[in-house]
Amino acid sequence: MLDTRYAIETPEGIDITLRPVGPLPRILAYTVDLLLRWAVLLVLGLFLTYLGAFGIGIISILYFLMEWFYPVFFEVYRGGVTPGKKGFGIRVVHDDGTPVGWSASLIRNLLRAVDLLPFAYIAGLVSMVLDGNFRRLGDLAAGTLVVYQHDAALRLESVAGSAAEKAGARVLPIALDRDGQRALLNFADRHETLSPQRQEELAAILDNLTGEQGKHGVASLLKIANGLKGAQ
Amino acid sequence: MKQRAFEQRYAQDWQAFEALLDVLDPSVAPNRENFRTARRKNQRLSTSQVASFPEAYRRLCHYLALARERQYSNRLTDHLNSLVLRGHQQLYQRKSDLRSAIIGFVVAGFPQAVRAQWKFCAVSAAVFVLPGLLLMGLTLMFPELVFSVFDPKQINEFESMYDPAARHIGRVRDADTDFAMFGHYIRNNIGIGFQIFAGGLLFGIGSLFFLLYNGIVFGALSAHIINVNFQETFFSFVIGHGSFELTAIVLSGGAGLQLGYALIAPGRFTRRESLRRAAGSAIQIVYGVLLMLLIAAFIEAFWSSSTLVPTTLKYWVGGGLWLLVLGYFVGMGREKKHDAV
Repeated sequence: MLDTRYAIETPEGIDITLRPVGPLPRILAYTVDLLLRWAVLLVLGLFLTYLGAFGIGIISILYFLMEWFYPVFFEVYRGGVTPGKKGFGIRVVHDDGTPVGWSASLIRNLLRAVDLLPFAYIAGLVSMVLDGNFRRLGDLAAGTLVVYQHDAALRLESVAGSAAEKAGARVLPIALDRDGQRALLNFADRHETLSPQRQEELAAILDNLTGEQGKHGVASLLKIANGLKGAQ
Repeated sequence: MKQRAFEQRYAQDWQAFEALLDVLDPSVAPNRENFRTARRKNQRLSTSQVASFPEAYRRLCHYLALARERQYSNRLTDHLNSLVLRGHQQLYQRKSDLRSAIIGFVVAGFPQAVRAQWKFCAVSAAVFVLPGLLLMGLTLMFPELVFSVFDPKQINEFESMYDPAARHIGRVRDADTDFAMFGHYIRNNIGIGFQIFAGGLLFGIGSLFFLLYNGIVFGALSAHIINVNFQETFFSFVIGHGSFELTAIVLSGGAGLQLGYALIAPGRFTRRESLRRAAGSAIQIVYGVLLMLLIAAFIEAFWSSSTLVPTTLKYWVGGGLWLLVLGYFVGMGREKKHDAV
C-alpha cells in the first residue's frame, strides 16, 4: 500500500503505527516557530536596550538561547511539541515511539547547522525526500521522528452509535474477501469527509452489489458496512 | 465477535484508560480540558491509580491486537492504536534526575567521554595547533605575511585591541562593558563550538575546515602581535580563558570528527546506525564543550580583559587554569584501584 506508516514493535509484542510528517507541515511549523522567536527577541530587545550595556549583554545571551535551545527546551519539557508544531498537531519522538530526551533533542537541533546548508534547508529537504520516513540529517543522527500527534478525524465516535449506524443494517448479499470487507468499512468510516457527489460516484462502482443508484446506493453501502460491524 | 459488540463491551475500559492518560500527561491531552485542572488532578493521583496503569496498558494492547486480527474498521483500530501509543510513551519514558546527572557528568562522565574518544581529540588538536604554529613561525620570520591572512582594517582593529594603552584588553570599542562582552562571547564562541561539531556531519570536512581556519587565524594573529611588541598584553589576556576556550574548540572538533569517521568507516553497521551511535557518544563531549565555553566566556569578560589585575598574576592564574584543565581530563573519573584479594 502507498502509505507513510512507521511500525514499532513494543515489548508487549504488538505493533504501534506512527505516521511520519512530510516536509510541508514541518516547514510551516518551523516558520511559525521562527516568527515567534523573532517576535520575542524584538519585544524583549526593545525593553532591554533601555538598560544600556547590561541589556545588550542580556540580548546576546537571549539570542544565543533562542537560536540553539528554543526547540530543545520545548521538545524536552513539552513532550516533543514546540509552539509551531502544536499548531500543526505534530511532535518529535524517539524512533522507538518514546518521548524525546535531552541528548536526542540536542543532537537533532545542533545538526540543524548542516541541514540548512547550502541555504534554506536544502540538505535537510533532500534528506527528508530520500528517507522513507521524512527524516532530516539531524533526525537520522539523533534517531528521532516527527509524527502526527492525534488524528482528530478518526477519533472513535460515541459508542451509542453514530447517525450513520442508526440507518440500520443489511446482510452482505455475496461473500467478500477480507480486503473487500475492509474497503467497505473504510468507506463507511470516511464517507463523511467526502462530498455527496464523490460518495455517489464511489457507490456507483458497486451498483451491481447494492442494485441501487445515487443516494440510495450510498445508503445501502453504509447499511452493509453496519451489518459487517454487527449493528442491529 | 462483531465489531459493534466488541465496542459495547469494552468501550468503558478504553474511556477510563484515556481519562487516566489525560491526567498522567496533561501536556499532550487531546481534549481541551484546562491544562491546570489536569495538572491538579495529576498531583492528586492515588498510588493505586498509578499502579493500575501498566496492567490497563497491557489490556489495551490486547484490544488492539484483537481489533487488528478481526479486521475491525480503521476508525476503531486507529483509535486504539493512538491510545496504545500514548500509553507506550507514558510507560517507557526516560525520566532522569537532571541535577544528579549533571553532577555525575562533571565529576566523571565528561573526562571519561573525552578519554574514550582520545584519538579523535588528538587528531583535532593536531589539525588546530600544527598549522597554526607553522603560520606563527613563518609570520615571525616574514612579518608581511600577516597581510595575506587579514586585511589592513582587521589588523588595525587587532592592534587597538591589544594596545597596552587601552583601558580594556581584547575589545574593539573600549566602551563595551564586561557584561555586554560576556553575552557576546557566549553567543559567538559557543556558536562556533557548535558549528565545528555539526560540520563533522559533512564526512568530517566541516570540522577540519573550521579547526584549520581558526588555528591559522590564531597563529598569524599571535605572531603579528609579537612583531608589533604587544605580546605582554596579548598573552596575559589569552592565557586566562585559553585553557577552557582552546581546549573546548579542540574537543568539539573531536566530537565532529567522530561523526565524520562514523560515516566514512561504519564498520559492521549501516551508515545510519553507525552515525547514530557516534552521535550518541559525541554529544556527551558537546555537553562538556558547552560548559567549558560558558566558563571561558566568564573569565574572558570579567578577568582577562581587566587592566587592574597585574600581568604577573594573570600569568600565574592562567597557568594554574591550564594545569587544572589538563589534570581534569587526565585524572578525573578514573575507577579506584581495588586492592588485590
